[in-house]
Amino acid sequence: MKTNRRNFLKHTTAFGAAAALGPSMIASPARASGEIEVGVLFSLTGGLSIIEKSLADATMMAIDEINAAGGVNGMMIKPILEDGASDPKTYNEKASKLVIRDRLQTVFGSYTSASRKAVLPVFEKRNSMYFYPTYYEGFECSKNVVYTGAVPNQQLSNFIPWIINTLGKKKFFIVGSNYIYPREMAKVSKILIEQNGGEWIADEYLELGHSEWGAMVSKIKESGCDVVLSNVVGDSVVAFYREFKNQGLTHDKLPICATVTSEIEIAAMGPEFAVGSYTSFPYFQAIDTDRNRDFVERYRKYVNDPKAVTHHALESSYFQVYLWKQAVEKAGDISADAVREGIKGQVFEAPNGTVTVDPENLHTYLTPRIAQWGADGQGTIVDEYPAPTEPLPYVAYGETPDNLFCTGAGLDTSKL
Amino acid sequence: MSDIIFIGLSLSSILLLIALGLSITYGAMGVINMAHGELVMIGAYTAVLAGLHLGLNLFFALPLAFVTSGLVGLVIERLVIRRLYGRIIDTLLATWGVAILLQQLIRLEFGLSFFGIHIDGLGPGLQNMTVPAFLTQPIDVAGMTIQPYRTFIIVVTLLLAGLTWWLMYRTPMGVQVRAIMRNPQIAAACGIDVRRVSALTFAYGSGLAGIAGVLLAGFKTVMPEMGASVVVDGFLVVVVGGVGSLLGTILAAGILGQINGIVALLSNDIIARAVVFAVVIALILWRPRGLFSFKSR
Repeated sequence: MKTNRRNFLKHTTAFGAAAALGPSMIASPARASGEIEVGVLFSLTGGLSIIEKSLADATMMAIDEINAAGGVNGMMIKPILEDGASDPKTYNEKASKLVIRDRLQTVFGSYTSASRKAVLPVFEKRNSMYFYPTYYEGFECSKNVVYTGAVPNQQLSNFIPWIINTLGKKKFFIVGSNYIYPREMAKVSKILIEQNGGEWIADEYLELGHSEWGAMVSKIKESGCDVVLSNVVGDSVVAFYREFKNQGLTHDKLPICATVTSEIEIAAMGPEFAVGSYTSFPYFQAIDTDRNRDFVERYRKYVNDPKAVTHHALESSYFQVYLWKQAVEKAGDISADAVREGIKGQVFEAPNGTVTVDPENLHTYLTPRIAQWGADGQGTIVDEYPAPTEPLPYVAYGETPDNLFCTGAGLDTSKL
Repeated sequence: MSDIIFIGLSLSSILLLIALGLSITYGAMGVINMAHGELVMIGAYTAVLAGLHLGLNLFFALPLAFVTSGLVGLVIERLVIRRLYGRIIDTLLATWGVAILLQQLIRLEFGLSFFGIHIDGLGPGLQNMTVPAFLTQPIDVAGMTIQPYRTFIIVVTLLLAGLTWWLMYRTPMGVQVRAIMRNPQIAAACGIDVRRVSALTFAYGSGLAGIAGVLLAGFKTVMPEMGASVVVDGFLVVVVGGVGSLLGTILAAGILGQINGIVALLSNDIIARAVVFAVVIALILWRPRGLFSFKSR
């Protein structure tokens, strides 16, 4: 860590009189002791803990595996686990604690965009790195976040053409929860639907957590659409699929094609309500490779639950620890600046296949897949991209591989 | 047209289902029972657990949930509410605390999770209740699609409303309850065991919440937080209908459900919810004591 005047002032505010003892006292404690401290910040309590607990478990499993195999450059990883309590404000406080008091250079965490947005200022101001494992809406370009989940083009650029060309469905009814993620997804969907010669006949939203779907499903039924594109999030998903069946709609005639419905939601609703519907994600538990089967088995053993399910954000939580490890090994240093430089272009063989961190926008190349849900609550992969797709967080605003909005230099706002 | 009315009707029936228990505990007894949603939640969990461990379906879960939630209600009455009659704001705070406690009990599996014991169907995760197949398959009758599960909810709700009316207006117990509603001191002076009748009334209202929970579990996720959102709707209905009036509660549920259904179909659910709140505000301004009201304690 450089001790320029700016940093010195920061330390003085943080440590008060301790700073007067000199720079050696304020250097990161992690480097002195031969172990590397990293933060793990997920909600272990509250409504989101159902999902975030599994992300924390996957992160801890990766850390334990790396430690068992000799650590990072011979140093053991020491995780500091904090609870975001499903509350963005708590997230912010815990992130401040990890970054300012524990002086951590890297933290793995967050499931929702709300919690990521809440901690972002802390990481940008203090220049630490945040590893974010969830699929999200894009429209963000931070030098302090490594995004290992899918962005809209990695869930939709294969999905929409496939629905139109393979399923032969052309009239879309778009439905989502009323907040930023579903709205951005709808924006990207509409561009893709029009490009591929389909049409969207409705774009409707329900409050987050809404569980009364009678009117909406009736509207879907009357609309004359032949496919439903669902960006519905959380426990609303369950009520939606159940009402869909109760009103006599079936997925063989009018399939729900979803971007959020994962193994977790399927288990929660009862698989019989989703049989025949589709979801697009880069990772499914059903991916039929030895590496993935092995991963699922190790995870189940780790959490001591023979029926535990794995899903996209969980898998990203796991492999992003390895990407970080490789970045540290390449840079030979654990500071945020070193990790940022080291992670650019890092390649890792993850359970879903080869993942690569984009050197420009720090998002991850992932392989889009489409699965059809079966009666056992597992998907059957019905379509898979031949190669990982480049992440384009600004695709809704016209970003293309030849015209990047978010580069290593930051966001080019003139292009928005 | 019949579709729109049916959706409104099914929305109304769910509102009424939740409000029915509240109209007893809040309406008749003047307890702002914030734990009402949690009693609904306990009913839903009873159905999940009965399905998982006892292999009982929905129909057996209904009476079981009535008893379970009723007993929990009885315990809450004995331990907390009994000491707070007539202190309406205190009941709000106390039952809110009870609500948090009940949520955590389910989430922590009655504390057993600290000892590494896991009960299938409890804990912080999402659960679901299996609905018998014949209730999920729509039937076509004379060109109209009938949704059996919604119809089932409407029928059960009407039966419960009828039963409640009968208990309140056609039995000696109901006379005592209504006497206590009007004036507990005079009722006691006339030889009514106010404590016992109040406890049983509260248990009955809680039991109704349990039944609501089972029916909600058929189309909602079952989770520890599920009760928090339904309790607001319940209070809306009871307040609009007039505190203490069963007929008012039924009418308010009908009106609000139909408005919600029609607006949701014409525009969307978010606007429908706003319109419902606007109507509630207007109604309360117009009739501060609700559609039907009489002087009570």
